[in-house]
Amino acid sequence: MTTHAPITNSGNAISQSAVLENLAEVRVMIRRRKRNDYLFSVIGLLALMVGLITLLTLFINLVMDGYPRFNLEFLGNYPSRRAAHAGLLSAWVGSILVMLVTFVSAVPMGVAAGIYLEEYAKKNWLADLIEINVSNLAGVPSIVYGLLALGLFGYILDLGQSILTAGLTLGLLILPIVIVSTREAIRAIPVAIREAAYAVGATKWQVVSQHVLHYSFGGILTGVIIGMARALGETAPLITIGALTFIAFLPPSPVTTTPPFLNFEWLSSGFTVMPIQMFNWLSRPDHAFHINAAATGAIIIVVTLLMNGTAIWLRYKMRKKIKW
Amino acid sequence: MATQVLENLPALKPVELTISSRFAKNVRRNFFERVIEFILLLAALSAVATTVAIVWVLLYESLGFFRHVSLIDFFTDTQWTPLFEDAHYGIMPLVSGTLTTSAIALMVAVPVGTVSAIYLSEFASHKTREIVKPILELLVGVPTVVFGYFALLFVTPMLQKIFPELPGFNMLGPGIVMGIMIIPYISSIAEDAMRAVPMNMREGSYAMGATRFQTAIRVVTPAAISGIIAAYTLGISRAVGETMVVALAAGQQPNLTFNPMESAATITAYIVQVAMGDLPHGSIGYQSIFAAGLVLMTMTLFFNVLGHMARKKFRQAY
Repeated sequence: MTTHAPITNSGNAISQSAVLENLAEVRVMIRRRKRNDYLFSVIGLLALMVGLITLLTLFINLVMDGYPRFNLEFLGNYPSRRAAHAGLLSAWVGSILVMLVTFVSAVPMGVAAGIYLEEYAKKNWLADLIEINVSNLAGVPSIVYGLLALGLFGYILDLGQSILTAGLTLGLLILPIVIVSTREAIRAIPVAIREAAYAVGATKWQVVSQHVLHYSFGGILTGVIIGMARALGETAPLITIGALTFIAFLPPSPVTTTPPFLNFEWLSSGFTVMPIQMFNWLSRPDHAFHINAAATGAIIIVVTLLMNGTAIWLRYKMRKKIKW
Repeated sequence: MATQVLENLPALKPVELTISSRFAKNVRRNFFERVIEFILLLAALSAVATTVAIVWVLLYESLGFFRHVSLIDFFTDTQWTPLFEDAHYGIMPLVSGTLTTSAIALMVAVPVGTVSAIYLSEFASHKTREIVKPILELLVGVPTVVFGYFALLFVTPMLQKIFPELPGFNMLGPGIVMGIMIIPYISSIAEDAMRAVPMNMREGSYAMGATRFQTAIRVVTPAAISGIIAAYTLGISRAVGETMVVALAAGQQPNLTFNPMESAATITAYIVQVAMGDLPHGSIGYQSIFAAGLVLMTMTLFFNVLGHMARKKFRQAY
């Protein structure tokens, strides 16, 4: 016993000093780790800022460069060989008409496909096949849609380089966006809504058209707006189908003063759209045209940001408002 | 209809008629339902039809191209000049341009996107996230032609101040801009993956005394790695398929180089360049853009399959 006592004593002494030393070490370590934590949150914040700062710089840059062209003349003139007289008239009219075709072709189709996949499809190979295709199509580069349109609409269906071809091309391009957002919107509706409708004797289509579609309208609208904004800014597929860049005329008006008041000649008309006009001005060496490109870019960015902003805001509102 | 039936009640055998009219109504209803279902199915099949059409058009026109050009030339020739008198059909210069710009883009987007995702998922307050996420989504919505303007007339002149020998068309500027473009894609998908990691894994880590940074790097990131790889895969396909930025700012001259300080055309830029001119249907130039498109699709598919395999390998189940 006595022989062991000094050892334990000395052992205690050692461990005490060791603990003290250790404690100091641990404190240093904790301090270092806390510093790392702090350091990373600063780096993270900076990384987030990259996107925000770019967006701001880009926008300010466009507005400052394009400032001399912000007038009504720019919107009212046709393209011209002289930069100062060149305008955006045929481009913005073309954009609106192309978007009209895109909307009419993509939205009913996309919503219908979304409804089928969520409400009707049984779990079988066909549903799987469609699903795989939709997610794959979302990843296909946009220029490949342009090649598809060039081969299919341009030559096989012989629609030429028309507004119809352009609208259908962009329609195919945004189809996956519409399908996916429709599915998400439908999936968010509780089963209880459907069961209540079935319980009072509604058929499947009545449930879908009167209840499911009604409640998912906001979500679908969000997806449609985002898709249309994407279509508005898309350039590459339209260049591929051979959109002309120098269009000094307007397509025939869709609305006429004589019966039947509607005219579909505009569908087969040649066209240009705002992003293509911008690309054309931008690829010229003369700097005066770059000013026009900047002004066009500012207009495109404002319109697409407004559309996307509306969609995001809508979604945010719905998320807050709807409590099932 | 129901009132009609009721009015006629005394004159006819009431029970039988109600049943048969209901039956007729049900038949009509069922038929209508079937028609609706069929129409919806057709709409859904349009997705399959689009894929088939894309593959068919690319293969059909490429076959015409490869009737003139041997596969060996296509992959080994070091020049791509299908529209010149002295025509060469080596795809490699276009592939090198595409890979170089994409690599630069990923060097920007992967670190920044991943750090942003970790920050948003593990560090940021609820309020910060609510503000930042919509802004990132807005960035996704900016048309690429506008980014092309940015690369050509803002980023490249800025880079020329640092590297005075940098030519006006180069792969560095558009690569960086493409990287910035891709950041939101990577950060938002990677963040979703990290947020899906169960809370009790973090709590376990915190209980052992780990800091937030340690938890994020050693627990959450490995657990979410499959989703993070999916985000990178999407980033790669975006970069490879991006058109307007490189068509505007990287130059139009096919150039077999991996030097980002030089100008070089990408596959997409070549397609745009040829499509701007009016090539007759069936000519070798016309067919060459479909062959280029086929290579582009194959590259995208290759990276997607690679990503899929990596995801399977690293997938964690909990």
